Amino acid sequence: MAHQSNYKPNSGFEKWMDERLPIIRLGYDSFVDFPSPKNLNYWWTFGAILAIFLVIQIVTGIVLAMSYTPHVDLAFNSVEHIRRDVNWGRYIQAAHANGASFFFFAVYVHIFRGLYYGSYKAPREVLWILGVTIFLLMMATAFMGYVLPWGQMSFWAATVITNFFSAIPVVGDTIKTLLVGGFAVDNPTLNRFFSLHYLLPFMIAGVVGLHIWALHVPGNNNPTGVEVKSKADTVPFHPYLTMKDLFAVMVIMIPFAWFVFFAPDILGHPDNYIPANPLVTPPHIVPEWYFLPFYAILRAIDFNVGPIDSKLGGVIMMFGSIVVWFFVPWLDRSKVRSGAFRPMFKWFYWVWVISFIGLTYLGAQPAEGVYLFFAKLCTAYYFLYFLVILPFLPRVEVTKPLPASISESVLSKSASQAAE
Amino acid sequence: MKRFSKIISAVLLAASTLSAGSAVAAGPSNGPDPVLQDWSFSGIFGKYDPAQLQRGFQVFQEVCSSCHSADLFAFRMLSKKGGTEYTEDQVKAIAAEYTVIDLEIEDGERPAIPADTWPNPFPTPLDAAGANNGVVPPDFSVLAKARNVPQKFPNWIGNYFTAYQEGGADYIYNLLVGYHEEPPHGVELGDGQYYNDHFPGHKISMGPPLSDELVDYEGSAPETVDQYAKDVSAFMMWLAEPDMTARKELGFRVLLFLFLLTGMMYLVKRRLWSNVDH
Repeated sequence: MAHQSNYKPNSGFEKWMDERLPIIRLGYDSFVDFPSPKNLNYWWTFGAILAIFLVIQIVTGIVLAMSYTPHVDLAFNSVEHIRRDVNWGRYIQAAHANGASFFFFAVYVHIFRGLYYGSYKAPREVLWILGVTIFLLMMATAFMGYVLPWGQMSFWAATVITNFFSAIPVVGDTIKTLLVGGFAVDNPTLNRFFSLHYLLPFMIAGVVGLHIWALHVPGNNNPTGVEVKSKADTVPFHPYLTMKDLFAVMVIMIPFAWFVFFAPDILGHPDNYIPANPLVTPPHIVPEWYFLPFYAILRAIDFNVGPIDSKLGGVIMMFGSIVVWFFVPWLDRSKVRSGAFRPMFKWFYWVWVISFIGLTYLGAQPAEGVYLFFAKLCTAYYFLYFLVILPFLPRVEVTKPLPASISESVLSKSASQAAE
Repeated sequence: MKRFSKIISAVLLAASTLSAGSAVAAGPSNGPDPVLQDWSFSGIFGKYDPAQLQRGFQVFQEVCSSCHSADLFAFRMLSKKGGTEYTEDQVKAIAAEYTVIDLEIEDGERPAIPADTWPNPFPTPLDAAGANNGVVPPDFSVLAKARNVPQKFPNWIGNYFTAYQEGGADYIYNLLVGYHEEPPHGVELGDGQYYNDHFPGHKISMGPPLSDELVDYEGSAPETVDQYAKDVSAFMMWLAEPDMTARKELGFRVLLFLFLLTGMMYLVKRRLWSNVDH
């Protein structure tokens, strides 16, 4: 840990333990004493919200696995059995299915907050890269989890997504066959997806551990982007941020409970209540909402570029749209960290957020006509933002003066509030 | 609190925009818009009407079940609270009217008991297709959740706030009353096909299953196609979601608890931070 450890073992047992495995010291330094900027706003509570949803997903998932059967003939009915006959099963299943949506909603907020306040900049590059890794693992986990109920959308999503890999030159077909466990999506696919769907969340938990470790070395970024200068800039993590996070977690539980108890199916697709049928293709194959922006980017590439056909091009752009996040710490050349002090950046940032939401909408529409045109436009801006605007905007942008410290910015803010 | 309300409004905006996926996919419709019904089980306080479910069950028993299977429909479900609410003796009597296959006994067949599931009208899917113009009639178990009515932007945004989950029942009702005796000018129907306003593509292989006075109701409910369609749609919604009433009742208590606890958390948080400039 970067800050000085202030842990003082009190009891005899704590002293004994501290000389052998200082795990109580680690917990104290990380979650009790950890000095955090006192000006963190509510966008910073999404880290705690994400931690809670990871726990909810793992706990509900382990319980669901006790009653689920990964076999093509039994999977659909075993999920329905959980909903109908297993004690509390319908709530656990609904919490797991809707929990995935809330997990992604929270992770998008968390990522967008990082992009606005420049949380990826030095010295937090590794923290950011670990976060992007978690996001990729989440996508793989969610995709494989969606296949498990073995409805029509499950089956056809598995078919479409695994087909991406066959676009890779030379080795593509071999990779696809390995992934699917045969030449088409079938029982081996379901079995390996179930196995991996159980494994990946624990890998996520592991990377989350690293992510928190990497957070605790430089400490939190904050809305001003000015590093902590003195103890006056900070509050201890407990009780100040534990309490604030707890309140934010309770707030998000309200819409979560709304979906689980009153509209458990509204975020899903009705076609997934039709058992999987390899002989009938649904009229529209649509992924879950949280994949729609990337699906829109995939389908926006409907033209060949030299030796790269539209299929491979779409796959490259889709994966590229996330791979580019890994390089953001070096693409953004601005000396000023927080978007709050960058008048031009703000505009480009919010247009990027709107175009991302636009891609989400377009991903659900048929890839034709005006929808396709806007999907291309939004895709172009998506990459333009990272590859051109972030590197070159600082050359022309005049930033606002930064406060000398967090305390100064807080004091001037409360002074201006008092004046109102 | 200002920053906080900003987050809430961002949540609402994102929730309404991002979930476009489920709303659009209901299929093409160039006929009249479906007429949404006022179901007793809609909304957060919605409950099934046992009398309506019993009538719907009667329609299912006498009409639908001669072609449609319902593999997940166990007779015991009929006595569940918040559903059709037959007594256990009534359920035993209903079950005993049906014969189920039991390969572990001598004749391989016996009268059903409440633990059995609804017998399939056809021994194999091939037989089912053969008897029904080459199409296997879809299983009823979760059919009401596998269908939806098409709604145009921005009408479906409200669904997230009213918890509208009755699209399947609305679709089935509209389908059952949406038949035309003659197809519109210029539409060619194949052998054994019928024209329906609400079926995707309009050409359906199921003939109009209902007609006035087809089923004898015991009470005073009208014996019309419209009433039959409503009742059987409600029944199918129950079949797909037999514990909905209990779920909503529990949800209401959970929300009440969450609101109280969240309010208390806010007060504690505010008190704690009152001596920190932030």
